[in-house]
Amino acid sequence: MLTDFIPLFIMMALALGLALTLLNLGKFLGPKRPNRIKTMAYESGMDPVGTARERYSVKFYLVAMIFIVFDVEVVFMYPWAVSFQEFLAASPGAALGVTVVIVFFVLILGIGLLYDIKKGGLEFD
Amino acid sequence: MVTPFLFFLLAVVAVTAALGMLFSRNPVSSALWLVLNLFCIAGLYLTLNAEFIGIIQVLVYAGAIMVLFLFVIMLLNLSALPTLESLDWKAVAGFVVAMVVLAQLVYMLASGLGALPTTILAEQAAATGDASTIAKELFTRYALPFEVIGVLLLVATIGALMLAKRKPI
Repeated sequence: MLTDFIPLFIMMALALGLALTLLNLGKFLGPKRPNRIKTMAYESGMDPVGTARERYSVKFYLVAMIFIVFDVEVVFMYPWAVSFQEFLAASPGAALGVTVVIVFFVLILGIGLLYDIKKGGLEFD
Repeated sequence: MVTPFLFFLLAVVAVTAALGMLFSRNPVSSALWLVLNLFCIAGLYLTLNAEFIGIIQVLVYAGAIMVLFLFVIMLLNLSALPTLESLDWKAVAGFVVAMVVLAQLVYMLASGLGALPTTILAEQAAATGDASTIAKELFTRYALPFEVIGVLLLVATIGALMLAKRKPI
């Protein structure tokens, strides 16, 4: 029921409130005497060269994509883990059946991971 | 009670965030509006007793999918949106296809509405959204579609590798 989530809502509200308060507190209380050197982007004492928004390498996209695939895999494993005891209580055959289903699923995704490793997709050169 | 109030509050914020995403000129703030929208939709799932879907919405969409979106924005390095070009045949074709898909969705929804049970008890509704109910259906009756999802994710992994590892010409 929704009432079970009240602690979660309170925590989210507190987190949001704390973040907004601390961010705005500095803005209101801090003295502001900017000059050219103070507002310059910090680059370890050097004068900044070029923009910070360079184009990313497409390799990062590959890592993000693989992350999403295995994120979704874990999402699907969660219901299996939660309900395994229920299936076992119903019958050992049912528990074995759902385990075969999830293991097959993991194996299918394992092919993708193996392919990525063999092709050197996870190496940065 | 408090649930309908929460539902409409979240719905209003979700629509506002969606409009903010559409009208924002900066791609990164557009993406952040979308995060707010996805959070609100997760809240809507919670008010509808679908806890599992609600939490997964936050984990997968607001977490992983938005990371991918931000990666793509940084990959393309869009500082501001390019000005809109004049209407060409591709835009017209896209519009027609989108309208056909919309008509199909509306038709399916309209024809499916009659099949829905008119009244659902609160206890029945509360028992449908948790993970074990989903597991009972997903791993038994829908085991084959579930494995097909696995193949789909495999295709995504391999496709991303093919695109990213392609040697520059």
